[in-house]
Amino acid sequence: MVENRPGLNLLAHLVLILGVVAVALPVWIAFVASTHTATDFMSGTIPMWPGPHLVENYARMLDRGVSTSGTPPVANMMWNSLVMALCIALGKIAISVISAFAIVYFRFPFRMFAFWCIFITLMLPVEVRIVPTFKVVADLGMLNSFAGLSIPLIASATATFLFRQVFLTIPDELTEAARIDGAGPMKFFRDILIPLSRTNMAALFVILFIYGWNQYLWPLLITTDAKYYTIVAGIRRMADVVDGMPQWHLVMATAMLAMLPPVIVVIAMQKLFVKGLVETEK
Amino acid sequence: MKRTVFNNQLLPWLLLAPQLIITFVFFLWPAGQAVFQSFLRQDAFGIRTTFVGLANYRALLNSPEYMNSLKVTAIFATSVTALSIVTALLMALAVDRMIRSTRIYTTLLVWPYAVAPAVAGILWWFIFNPTVGILPYVLGGIGYDWNHVSSKTDAMILVVVASAWKQVSYNFLFFVAGLQSIPASLREAAAIDGAGPVRRFFDITFPLLSPTTFFLMVVNIVYAMFDTFAVIDASTRGGPAQGTNIMVYKVYFDGFIGQNMGSSAAQSVFLMLIVIILTIIQFRWVEKKVAY
Repeated sequence: MVENRPGLNLLAHLVLILGVVAVALPVWIAFVASTHTATDFMSGTIPMWPGPHLVENYARMLDRGVSTSGTPPVANMMWNSLVMALCIALGKIAISVISAFAIVYFRFPFRMFAFWCIFITLMLPVEVRIVPTFKVVADLGMLNSFAGLSIPLIASATATFLFRQVFLTIPDELTEAARIDGAGPMKFFRDILIPLSRTNMAALFVILFIYGWNQYLWPLLITTDAKYYTIVAGIRRMADVVDGMPQWHLVMATAMLAMLPPVIVVIAMQKLFVKGLVETEK
Repeated sequence: MKRTVFNNQLLPWLLLAPQLIITFVFFLWPAGQAVFQSFLRQDAFGIRTTFVGLANYRALLNSPEYMNSLKVTAIFATSVTALSIVTALLMALAVDRMIRSTRIYTTLLVWPYAVAPAVAGILWWFIFNPTVGILPYVLGGIGYDWNHVSSKTDAMILVVVASAWKQVSYNFLFFVAGLQSIPASLREAAAIDGAGPVRRFFDITFPLLSPTTFFLMVVNIVYAMFDTFAVIDASTRGGPAQGTNIMVYKVYFDGFIGQNMGSSAAQSVFLMLIVIILTIIQFRWVEKKVAY
């Protein structure tokens, strides 16, 4: 702050409070809706304060789901989302850290070619090549499986570049010392590189976990068996009723449950989250 | 570039193998297929395919529906980018004045980043629902008859608000970081010379923030064009009357629901070109930032 202007400070607080309220409003309304019964929506004006049906609605969704829309209990879908998010996050970190190691610490023919192959994945988001990718996965028999949900998404140029940057800042003297002591490449990788990039991995994990949990189009296409539905893709199936109104209170309860895990991760690990976000964009 | 390297020849390929195999099978091969299919046309039963050259592209460029989709995408991407950047900048400037309450405000503003686009779509769809939503009720009170099921403008506002809501937290964090990197001495000097807060913003803060702003513009355009599929699918589904049918949604719709493979593939190729251009712009800028 440059100078003390009480009026401007007041305005700043006002802007921020307004912003916080605007940002929280949709979630508050969803939360309120999830604590009422279906009949409370009939009167036309929706309630602004929580009703008494919180435990009832959430317990019902977690345990049984909405049978009429063919979605499994939310607890199942949350489990599937968790498995998918963990596979994607850990898978991306694992394959990226070894590819970055190969690119930085070895000289071999076609090294730049390999680098460009990885780089090009940045330019091919799943949405633009969705039809042929779906076909490949179908031909490999990976529909309705956790492998199909995660493996096609775990190639990552961003993560590879991040680890490449980290490795480039590690002094050459460390490598020389390790070699003089007789350490081979894999021992060097395990005992020096991995420990030195641990915080970067943690920061990246936060971002990738959110990325994995929030996947929508891909799970929607490749899961037709309710056993593999993920919660984010499942909500739409639930809101998708052909005749009549969606059961708002249950849909909103599911929406709350779908956003809870990633939001908790962001708030609990705010420092790592910010670090991960800024680093992956470099 | 490392001076000290290991001399193994086989090991690096083994280390690269998982990444390269996945890249080839799920990225390069399907992308190649999309390019290949964009030159083919399938008959109505999917039995015979014939090579048609550039006919699919020509058909697209002559199709009023595709032109509409281009226009809708441009309006959508510009609105989302402008709305989320301006809001985020305002918040970041306000937080920059705070001393003790920075952390609490930041925490309260960043969490929407974690909300899935599909969930954001559902939330705003509920709020704007003409029968039970709160906003149509409020808007009705001031004489505006909200109905995104029949009005294209209303539907567009709905998806823009939902998409921008989720993106504000991201832009906010980058603006806060950008503001912190501006030396306080510059603003102090301007204050001593008698420049008020508004003048200081336009003459010092904003020009020095321009690299951040430019970077965020590119990132937000990419977000609005490609990551908002779920927002659209969970709320308006491209409707009403194609009013929110952005390009990524049309590729999906024509490919999976319309089963028009040739046209969908040609649209994929157009989209790939757009991502390639945007990625090149982004990377050129990052290089400049390093030198800066």
